[in-house]
Amino acid sequence: MTPDGIARREWQRFTPMERLARYGVYLAIVAAIVVSIRTVQVIPEFVLDAPEQIGDLLRRMWPPDAAFYPEGIHAALLDSIHIASVGTALGIAMALPFGFLAARNVTPAGWLNWLARLVLISARSINTLVFALLFVAIFGPGAVAGTLAIAFHSIGFLGRLFAEALEVASPGPIEALRAAGAPWPSVIVYGYWPQVAPAFWALVLFRWDINVRESIVLGLVGAGGIGMALDTALNLFQWTRVAMVLVAILAVVVIAEVAVTYIRKKII
Amino acid sequence: MSPIPAAQHRAIAFPANWPVRLGWTALVLYLLYALSHLELTPARFLAGLEFGRNFLLKLLPPDFARWELLLKGLEESLEMAVLASALGVALALPVSLLAARNLMPGWVTWPARMLMVVCRSFHPVIVAILFVKAVGFGALAGILALTVASLGFLGKLFTEAIEEISLKQVEAIRATGAPFMSVISYGVLPQVFARFIGFASYELDANLRNSTMVGIVGAGGVGGTLFAAFQRFDYDFVCAIILSIIALIIAGEVLTNAVKKVFRA
Amino acid sequence: MSNAPAGATSHSSATSAPAPATAALIVRNLVKEYVRGQPVLKGITLEFAAHGITAIIGPSGTGKSTLIRCINRLVEPTSGEILFAGRNLTQLPRRELRAARRQIGMVFQEYNLVERLTVIENVLSGRLGYISPLQAWLRRFPPDDLAEAFSLLEVVGLTAHAQRRADALSGGQRQRVGIARALMQRPKLLLADEPTSSLDPKTSVEIMALMKDLTLERGIPTVVNIHNVELARRFASRMVGLSGGKVVFDGPPEALEEDHLKQIYGGEDWLG
Repeated sequence: MTPDGIARREWQRFTPMERLARYGVYLAIVAAIVVSIRTVQVIPEFVLDAPEQIGDLLRRMWPPDAAFYPEGIHAALLDSIHIASVGTALGIAMALPFGFLAARNVTPAGWLNWLARLVLISARSINTLVFALLFVAIFGPGAVAGTLAIAFHSIGFLGRLFAEALEVASPGPIEALRAAGAPWPSVIVYGYWPQVAPAFWALVLFRWDINVRESIVLGLVGAGGIGMALDTALNLFQWTRVAMVLVAILAVVVIAEVAVTYIRKKII
Repeated sequence: MSPIPAAQHRAIAFPANWPVRLGWTALVLYLLYALSHLELTPARFLAGLEFGRNFLLKLLPPDFARWELLLKGLEESLEMAVLASALGVALALPVSLLAARNLMPGWVTWPARMLMVVCRSFHPVIVAILFVKAVGFGALAGILALTVASLGFLGKLFTEAIEEISLKQVEAIRATGAPFMSVISYGVLPQVFARFIGFASYELDANLRNSTMVGIVGAGGVGGTLFAAFQRFDYDFVCAIILSIIALIIAGEVLTNAVKKVFRA
Repeated sequence: MSNAPAGATSHSSATSAPAPATAALIVRNLVKEYVRGQPVLKGITLEFAAHGITAIIGPSGTGKSTLIRCINRLVEPTSGEILFAGRNLTQLPRRELRAARRQIGMVFQEYNLVERLTVIENVLSGRLGYISPLQAWLRRFPPDDLAEAFSLLEVVGLTAHAQRRADALSGGQRQRVGIARALMQRPKLLLADEPTSSLDPKTSVEIMALMKDLTLERGIPTVVNIHNVELARRFASRMVGLSGGKVVFDGPPEALEEDHLKQIYGGEDWLG
């Protein structure tokens, strides 16, 4: 091999096909952004005006109305937390069977996997707020609609991530339990569950945290909780009260996140 | 070691874990309390099944007659999601670098982290309402709201990824005398790129879902179409919209999986 | 399905000839193809007496592991018969297969313990075929099972570790738990798939010795898959050599000579 030959050997990180594919994706992303900017209906004047408008809004919200808290906020805030907690618990109960059905190693029947995944992705695609609209139409306004909305939407996340955790469980112990003649439910209880339990609880905590945030806005469509107080204050342009509600929400959300991080460290 | 007497077998094999038992009991008691406080009784539940069945009949069959309206709404949601994700990534990258405790000093990371926390704490719908009040109805409010949310979540995930990298590689690049930006692009980014792509595609999926919802408060997208249909009691159209949203999310997921495969290659 | 207690041999098998009273396991014309037209096992026929350790030796990929796993149908045979406890395992429906598996203990190369559970829980898992799923969830094992589990732990020398998590143990200790688990089943047959391949030489000898002592003491015939010929020679009472999916040697360790090993493994260099 001539010295020239050695010098000409370039290092290439990706094969030509791969590079083509990567450029193709970059191109597609840029194209999507450009098309979106062009077609989305945004009036330029509003864009330029926006910072001033936002500043004006913030000025009107200051200072937050602390007196509003005990009568208008406290009980409703707690309601939102209850809705989130009960909704999450209900969601877990409904998600578990679908999670087991969707995991290809637990349920070998392909069509069952497919069906379970369809249910899970549908639950995930329909926002909690949309579920809330549906349930308010069924049950009327109130906490029932909110709780069910949280529960049904949570099925999507909990079920899917649970199925993924099951699919990466190591097959060795499962094989051993089957070889010992254990019935399938026992294999799940003794072989799969201990492996996925930590991931599962982390998931539950994560979802509860998100559900607290979601339950807060459900009141906007009448499904109970602090959202209703926010909605009223907004409609009446009581900006300082709005600010107080937002401060209370921020506090709850931060406390919830801190609590979840702490529990995760301790228990998992 | 002397054999364990039979009476102790159970106690040794399955010791009672009192803190855990107490924890569970407390949790169950709380849930029962909350259930009764929210008036979720079995009677209401059974009644609900009946209502639910009736409602399901009202929903079906889905009515696609106003498909142009539906398509416009979906298109707008898609555009909002794409722009919000792009803006979110563009903003989150620098902020997350600033917030990385292994790269920056405390007085830089604290404000950056605070910013991200505030961005994440508010539900996109609440942020959307505020933006609607500030900049008017329409897609702009939605895009801004989703961008704020993306900044919060993406920023946190990016920062965690950056904080988990091996600093040895960064030091090695620094030792060659490379300028700061090169250190970032050769030392930091390669380690986190694969995870970033994962996070970004997750955020696109999340924005797609959220963009179908902020319309309920007037911030653009198919959510507005949905809400209007609800208020008109046009439940067949509602069903059509929901099915289309599910289809859109599935399509989005298929696409992002393909993209992830390309970049992991 | 007979109502005889788990230990009794049933004489109900209809299609194949009744097993001779002395054979614990008969493998007849066993064929396994993972890929059509490329059989890994090309018609294996072997009889295993109701005592002693049989070592199956042969190069990697020759189907030793497949053979062992076909016996309890962890891998489905393509054709052939597996006669155990008077029944043809290849034709059993699921529930009865489970019942048959309860009587066959198995020890694995990677131990296959449930890592997050304790040692005692892993040993007790050998009895999962005998209790309901609810009892398994609540850990309600009968007191006799608990007693036996502790006694087995003592026998394998792990009483002090009863409450430790399985993943806190060394490889040799884990395999002891695996052996205890298999023996908890009070099996009529023990299968071992490369039980020492993940262990260092000294521990390997200890484990083989432990298995030999326990199975001889309890009269459990054992079939061991092993690639270390010296280890096999030392502990087995019968050697079966597989090569190219067929049995090429079957006899006591003394009868195994260089020529046979060449035939089984091919090539002379490794013989030294």
